[in-house]
Amino acid sequence: MTITPEEVRVTAELARLALSDEEVARMTRELGAILGAMERLAAVDVEGVAPMTHAVALDCPEREDVVGPQLGAERALAGAPRRSGQFFEVPRVIAHDKEG
Amino acid sequence: MSRYEPVIGLECHVQLQTRSKLFSAASASFGGEPNDHTDPYTLALPGTLPVLNRRAVEYALRMALATGCRVRRVSRFARKHYFYPDLPKGYQISQYDEPYAEGGAIGFLLDGQPRRVALTRIHLEEDAGKSTHVGGAPTSLVDLNRAGVPLIEVVSEPEIRSAKEAAEYLRALRQLVRWLDICDGNMEEGSLRCDANVSVRPVGATTLGTRTELKNMNSFRHVQQAIEYEVARQTALCERGERVVQETRLWDADRGSSHPMRSKEEAHDYRYLPEPDLPPLHIADEEVERARTSLPELPLARRARFVERLGLTDQDAALLTTERPIADYVEQVIAAGADGKRAANWVASEVLRELNRAERSIADCPIAPPALAGLCRLVDDGTISGKIAKDVFGKMWASGRGAKEIVEAEGLVQLTDEAAIEAACRAAVEANPQQVGKYRAGNDKLIGFFVGQVMKATRGKANPEMVNQMLRRLLS
Repeated sequence: MTITPEEVRVTAELARLALSDEEVARMTRELGAILGAMERLAAVDVEGVAPMTHAVALDCPEREDVVGPQLGAERALAGAPRRSGQFFEVPRVIAHDKEG
Repeated sequence: MSRYEPVIGLECHVQLQTRSKLFSAASASFGGEPNDHTDPYTLALPGTLPVLNRRAVEYALRMALATGCRVRRVSRFARKHYFYPDLPKGYQISQYDEPYAEGGAIGFLLDGQPRRVALTRIHLEEDAGKSTHVGGAPTSLVDLNRAGVPLIEVVSEPEIRSAKEAAEYLRALRQLVRWLDICDGNMEEGSLRCDANVSVRPVGATTLGTRTELKNMNSFRHVQQAIEYEVARQTALCERGERVVQETRLWDADRGSSHPMRSKEEAHDYRYLPEPDLPPLHIADEEVERARTSLPELPLARRARFVERLGLTDQDAALLTTERPIADYVEQVIAAGADGKRAANWVASEVLRELNRAERSIADCPIAPPALAGLCRLVDDGTISGKIAKDVFGKMWASGRGAKEIVEAEGLVQLTDEAAIEAACRAAVEANPQQVGKYRAGNDKLIGFFVGQVMKATRGKANPEMVNQMLRRLLS
């Protein structure tokens, strides 16, 4: 399996990564090699084997519904580049321009 | 009649009223000062990991069972990636190809006819924070109190056929989540949110037309208006031979119209992947059984039982089952010894009217169920008349005193002594010779006048039935 430079560009765009043309070329090569290795795994016969999405057979750990310690706004905002009152202040985003 | 029919599916986000968030222990309560309900996980600080809130799963399970869904014994969380300032992790933990619940339906009555709208699925996910955009300002403000609050998303099949039906479906859904005590259903505060997928197709067609997604509707009325507007817009496009563009549209309640949301050029690609920080969610058979046995009788079943057992009209039964605490109140009045139909009628008329007037919920009703039962019994055993009972009710409401206490203290016991009633009736007849003449000449309606005179003289205490009979005898 190979990946095209165009697919690398789209993937980088989705991840908000700015890649130079040289980087795109290098990523195309390197990701292609990784996908090639995956292809070998894909060749293994897994007929009748349940898909595994986690390496450890665990139940999902759960906790009781209890409110624990909170940071509070002052500590939450301590590392914010910009704040306005108790809000994080960010470059303007278009109203509602997102999915739910 | 239009040659096109609408096809509508709803996606509803229901905020689960847990105390803490879905994956961390910060408070999940509404409001609070901005960013106070935060912890390192909510802010997506490095090294933090999600730990699932057990109660959120219990609540989600309740909804799945109440709607007859198949519950997956093993379901998975997935990451849904998108960039937005109110989503600190850069992804939302949701469920994708293996949601915890599938199938099921929501039942309701549409114009008196039973309807069921099938559900595709219900899944668990976390809410995002809230961004505020101040008009004209170059920046947006972000509050992360809501980030991580547990949600279930209830997705219907595209089988709703009108805006009105969509609104009824939503009402039934809201009633159900409130009934199950898993969400307060407050659409204005956003604890219940609804998006609609709308398309139209020629009547009789089996394939679906291009759909649009409607957002930003925060009341039943808005949902209905927005869908009506969209169906008319798409129908007009189709009739002119134009194409419907697949897009997301925002409802503008002030203008009564919708407009397309500005979208990025790239198509949305959420790059879902299995959440590596959470093992699969196992829901054991015992857990499902426990939830099933603890489910309350559901609204439609209770409504039918009220009609059947108490002899109520469907309208009254619907009124008394809008909220579980009201239905429970009725049953507590009956359990305390009141006649079923009488109890139901008192609650449907006097109690709900007074609560409305005082803007109170049934939980704050100043008349406890046994006290109302006491009043009902006084009417049933003839101690007081129905008319006096209404006055007594008002006094009970204002003072919190019992019915019997008020009746005794104020001498309101119904007059049933035949001799006393006869005396009062004779007095009324003798004092009004003119009316007697007219009555005997055939003006039957004047009986009401005489009854009124007797009631006035006895301060409303005379048994109306006995007065009626006595007067007819004296006047014949």
